[in-house]
This record gives sequence, structure tokens and C-alpha cells, in this order.
Amino acid sequence: MKNCHNDYKMKFSTDEEYPDLTKHNNHMAKALTREIYDKLRSKSTPSGFTLDDVIQTGVDNPGHPFIMTVGCVAGDEESYEVFKDLLDPVISDRHGGYKPTDKHRTDLNYENLKGGDDLDPNYVMSSRVRTGRSIKGFTLPPHNSRGERRAIEKLSIEALTSLEGEFKGKYYPLKDMTDQEQEQLIADHFLFDKPVSPLLLAAGMARDWPDARGIWHNDEKTFLVWVNEEDHLRVISMQKGGNMKEVFRRFCVGLQKIEEIFKKHNHGFMWNEHIGFVLTCPSNLGTGLRGGVHVKLPKLSTHPKFEEILTRLRLQKRGTGGVDTASVGGVFDISNADRLGSSEVEQVQLVVDGVKLMIEMEKKLEKGGNIDDMIPAQK
Amino acid sequence: MASTFAHIMSGRKAMVALAGLSAGTLATSYLMRDSSSTAALEKMKLYPPSADFPDLRKHNNCMASALTPAIYTKLRDKLTPNGWSLDECIQTGVDNPGHPFIKTVGMVAGDEESYEVFADLFDPVIKDRHNGYDPRHMKHPTDLDSSKITSGLFDDRYVLSSRVRTGRSIRGLSLPPACSRAERREVEHVVVQALSGLKDDLAGRYYSLSEMTEKEQQSLIDDHFLFDKPVSPLLTCAGMARDWPDARGIWHNNEKTFLIWVNEEDHTRVISMEKGGNMKRVFERFCRGLKEVERLIQERGWEFMWNERLGYILTCPSNLGTGLRAGVHVRLPLLSKDPRFSKILNNLRLQKRGTGGVDTAAVGDIYDISNNDRLGKSEVELVQLVIDGVNYLIDCEKKLEKGQEIKVPPPIAQFKK
Repeated sequence: MKNCHNDYKMKFSTDEEYPDLTKHNNHMAKALTREIYDKLRSKSTPSGFTLDDVIQTGVDNPGHPFIMTVGCVAGDEESYEVFKDLLDPVISDRHGGYKPTDKHRTDLNYENLKGGDDLDPNYVMSSRVRTGRSIKGFTLPPHNSRGERRAIEKLSIEALTSLEGEFKGKYYPLKDMTDQEQEQLIADHFLFDKPVSPLLLAAGMARDWPDARGIWHNDEKTFLVWVNEEDHLRVISMQKGGNMKEVFRRFCVGLQKIEEIFKKHNHGFMWNEHIGFVLTCPSNLGTGLRGGVHVKLPKLSTHPKFEEILTRLRLQKRGTGGVDTASVGGVFDISNADRLGSSEVEQVQLVVDGVKLMIEMEKKLEKGGNIDDMIPAQK
Repeated sequence: MASTFAHIMSGRKAMVALAGLSAGTLATSYLMRDSSSTAALEKMKLYPPSADFPDLRKHNNCMASALTPAIYTKLRDKLTPNGWSLDECIQTGVDNPGHPFIKTVGMVAGDEESYEVFADLFDPVIKDRHNGYDPRHMKHPTDLDSSKITSGLFDDRYVLSSRVRTGRSIRGLSLPPACSRAERREVEHVVVQALSGLKDDLAGRYYSLSEMTEKEQQSLIDDHFLFDKPVSPLLTCAGMARDWPDARGIWHNNEKTFLIWVNEEDHTRVISMEKGGNMKRVFERFCRGLKEVERLIQERGWEFMWNERLGYILTCPSNLGTGLRAGVHVRLPLLSKDPRFSKILNNLRLQKRGTGGVDTAAVGDIYDISNNDRLGKSEVELVQLVIDGVNYLIDCEKKLEKGQEIKVPPPIAQFKK
């Protein structure tokens, strides 16, 4: 579809339109050049998404000197092709040098995970695996119309409410929720709210809120799906304690069941062998998977080598409120740092093995011991 | 003053004539979907307008009151010549359901042509917001002759400061919700160049938001001149904060009595102000400054957006017509506690705000009192209305001080027929 607004902007020169990124620190600002802007500014995807749409969030949010945000989003599956000249270097920078010719491995066979059912529950309070999925044939949250978003919701409800056994559950649309349902979902820590982060708002993801947004979860409250938040679907498997193996099993089985239903309607998930699962933010490409635990590491977390250990284990820490929060009472959210270039099984394996090791280190420190000989090599 | 509309800017790369904008003629609009594009046709089939119609059941704003499925169906696939759509006009109203007590407008224009192409929705919204003003059949009077003002000097014991503000848009460039970076920079360039030609008591300086020094910034804050990136979701959802602070800035004269905001909620916001009660002088400087700026931009082939149906064209329909808010900060300790205060203001067609501006509370019995209306009455009429009204309020205050009786004045007529 022609983007008439973009054609109109072509009357101005590249120099006149080029964004001022002199005070910016994000992946998009690092990768964008006048040459790239000049080459791509006249293009649009078939649904009408343009380069300016891709980068708007990065222009509006200069970033932080210490935290490198991505600074660009996709509006549809084709964005990653049409705007390759910008997105490939962004992907490479964000995902450890991933090349345009690299192939990504997908492995959702939970039986390939070794161990993971024995993380010490005295330290691991809860385990969780999340990912996102985009539905083929629809544009993504920065770009989709109300009609598309509603169609996504309708398909999702159909798929989710047809699940049975451990996956039997209920859908709660955000706009029709009763006060009682809302309070319960808040108490369960399931409810998501209208985004407030300017990173998301500037990308247009909160438009028409709360139209066609909702939450589905199974009766057992161990499998949860967010519809139309930052991605078409965010899928979460979780439970108290340290049985990551079980969490991952449920994750894989649930995802595959949902995918089958979408495929029957000729709306399978967006995926290709180069970037794996296609999601709105380039940081979530590949597996889109964040597998992690809430774990008590009061001694290890104050050890001078804590950061280095995490880096070597290919893990990251967050506070227990999630991204951009601080830890409380020595409890950290520890999860995989990678998304692209390794499979789901590989990433969860890193979490399982890494957390196991860190708990052993914590125990040694409790006894007043030294952990220098336990520090691992770079994975 | 802007006259005919078949104005083609010489030396500009920009758009084709806005010839279709005179009263009664609709500007050209394009059907969005090029009929030769299969992807577009498929999408139209899959998503008829009814699939995209917004859910406005919990909404309380002028757009939600006026929008019907029939209007949406008629307008959804239209675009202005610059490529701006209905969905983009109404996005802010869809995203901000409003407040049961405060009725916001709920839609914005992306360019001058929006008011034509989407007239089926803008007209009823304008009528609702501007007390029955009908753009199809009525004309808006523009009058910037400040010599017509009488009794424009208030009692300084009550009036602490006087101020008149309006906005102006540069014809041929898109408005803040829609403009590209290049257009916004062009607005800044055109305006700053014109302002540099101002002389004598109007001579001044421009401070670009992105290049200002810390010292300059502090000084502008101390003068209460600095504006910051909008945080109100009414504005951010309409896309007005994009690319901040690129091409935004503040100009003011050396005497700090004439101030212009560039590329905030409108292309320009023009403010004349001073301490004390000399509203006549404030308005005189306002009119003189505006006319000078207009002359300076016309020298270079530009003009302000204006037409006789809607007066001065601004981003928000609430600011059409004069775009003028003339007001004072006035002490009314006794009157403000009188139960008849609101009714008196209402009948005088005045509104009260706190001294921090819109949506703030009064501090220490000092109120910001200004005109309610923007469209259908001229600048001179509105400023005179404020002068007469504030004088009446001060008179009431003085009477109350002496223990005398005050009267609620009869309501002022809305429009001259």
C-alpha cells in the first residue's frame, strides 16, 4: 500500500529530514547514517510502514549513557527485509555480532533439557519462561489498525479457549473486566497495564488502549498469555519453586498446541531461519525467550566478581519487579542474556546450569569460603 | 491579511495551490487506496470501516459525541493532499476517554486541509465546542485594530498582570501532529528569520531548545518563559512531541513583554504580557507585533493559515477563530467566595483558572480570569469583553468590601445574527 504521507515528505532533501542524533545513545543512532537514511527513506513495506516509523522511538528517546536501548521497532514482518540496511547492523550490535548470513536454531523439544528439576527451593523462589509470538498476516503493534488488533484478539481467544487439560483456562478482555476480576489478576501479578514507558509510547504501541487487549490464563495459574501488549502474544509459563524443567515443559507443550490452532486458520507464527521468531523489538528476535528465576543471592550479589560471573555464564540480573527495577532483600531475577543465535533449549540450559552454580557459590560464601576456583570460563 | 487562497508560494518546493479552500469548496482529497494495488484492495475487503470503528462507549469528548459509524465509513479512506488521515485526527480522542466533568475536544488537524477533507466530523465538533457556531453558514470576524479598545486600564490594586495570547500557523506546512522534521525546521527558519526583523520595543532574540546554554535555560525558567516537552497525553497521543527538542525554541523581546513559542502545540504561540493592569497597552503591542511578523513573512512569500469560515487555523479546533485568550491575574478574595461567583463569570462569558494556567488551582485568592470564547467574535470584541468583565468583577469586589449588594449581570449574547 502506498504511503502518501511518505511520498509527500520526499519533497524535502535527506539533509532537511535527517534526525539530530548528536545526543543519542541507542543502537539505531549508532547504526544510522545519512547514506542509509537516503537509501531507505523513500521505501515502505507493503502495509505502508516507513523508515521514519521504524526509528521514531529512537529519535524521541535519546537513551541513557549507561543503558543501550534498541531505538527502533518493526511495524510488520517485512520491515526486517525492507529496512535491512539499518536493522542488520542494529541486530548485529545487539546480538553479539550476529551476521546477516547467520542461521538461527529453534528447539522447543523440552526433553532436550538436562536437569532443571532440582534447583534448591531454599534459594529459588520461583521459575518462569516467557516469549513472544507474532501472527502471520497481521501488522505489528506499532502499526496495526483497530480492525487488525481485534482480529488478532478474536483468533487468540479461539485458540486459547479451545485448550484442555492442564491448559484449560479463561480469557479476560481488559475493557470488559469486572472490578473483582481486576483485583484478582493484580493479586496474582498477572495484570498488565497501559504502557507508560516512553520507549513504547513513542512507538505507537498504546494506541486505542484498552481495545482488543486482554489476558488469558489457565485455571492452575501456571500458563499465561498477554494479547496485544508489546507483541501480538506474550506467552508465560511460571510456578513457585525451582522446577524449571516442568516450567519449560509446559511452555513448549503449550506453545506448540497454540501454534497448531493458528496454523489451521492459515495464520501461523511469523518465523524465518535467519531471525527466528519475528517480534516487534529487534532485541526479542530469535527465541524471544527470557527464562529466569527469582533467587536469593545476598552474599554472591555483593561479591566483587558477581557481574563477571554473570557475563561469563551469559546471564543477566534484574530486580524482582522486572526490567529496570532494583533487587529487594538480596533476591534477584536471573535470566538468559541471549535471544538470537542459540535455541530455546540452549538458553534455558544456560539458566539452569548457571543458577545451580551460583547457588553453590552462595552456599560456599555462607560458610565463609572462597569461590575463586569456582568461577567459570566464558560460555 | 490573508485574502484569496489561490496562493502558490514562489520558490517553494511545497504543495499545490490551496485554491479549493474558499468557502463552499471542498479541497481535493485522495482516495487512499490506489485501485491498482492488490494488497490495498485485500485489506479494504478484510477490514471494512465497521471493523475499525473505535469503541467510544466510555468516552466523553467532542469527537466521541460527534462521530458516527456513517461518518467514519465516509471518511476513513480519505486523505488530505499531505497524506493525513481521519484515524490520525481522532487518535488522541480515542486514546483519552476524557473526564466526566471536563469535555475535551478529542481530535486535531494535521494540516489546513484537514478541516475541509474531514469537515463532516470537524464541523459538528466545532459547533459543539464553540457554542453553536456553524462553519457551513457563518463567517468569523477578524479585527486586530487595538485603537477600538476602551477602558483598558485596570485598578493595579486588584490586577497583578495582564496577558493576551494566540497562535499562528504558517500556510503550506503541516501542523505539529503531522509535520516531518524538515517541515518543522522550515517553520522555525521562517519564523525566526521574520522575528529577527523586529525593531525598537519589539527587538529581541531567539533561544533554540536544543542549543540553549544552562544559564539561558535558568534565566528563561526564572522569567516563566520556558516551555518543556509536553507530558499531557492529550498532546503526546496526537504526536506533537515527536523529535523533541528538534526545531523548538523561544523568542522574546529584550523588554520581556512579547514572547513567541516555536513548534510547541502550534507552529507559533504569540504572547504579549506585562505586570499590572494596562491591558490596552498589552493588546496594542499584541496587534502591532502580530501585524509586523505577518508583514515580515509575507515579504518572503509566506502567509498565515486563515479563512473566513474558521478564522486562524490552529492544531486544536478549540483554538480556531481568534485563537485568543486574553486574561488577567486578579485578586478577588471576597467575590471568589461568593456563591454567585461562577454564575457571574458564566454570564460575562469568562472562565477562571488557577495562576499556573489550565488545570491548576488558585493560590491566595488570585485568579486567572480570561475569555471563554475563541470563534465567532473578533479579537477586539473578545478583549473588550474581558476588559468590561474584569472591571465588573473588580467593581463587585469593591462593593463587597463596603458591605454593599452586588448583582449577577445578564448573560451576554453568543453570536451576532
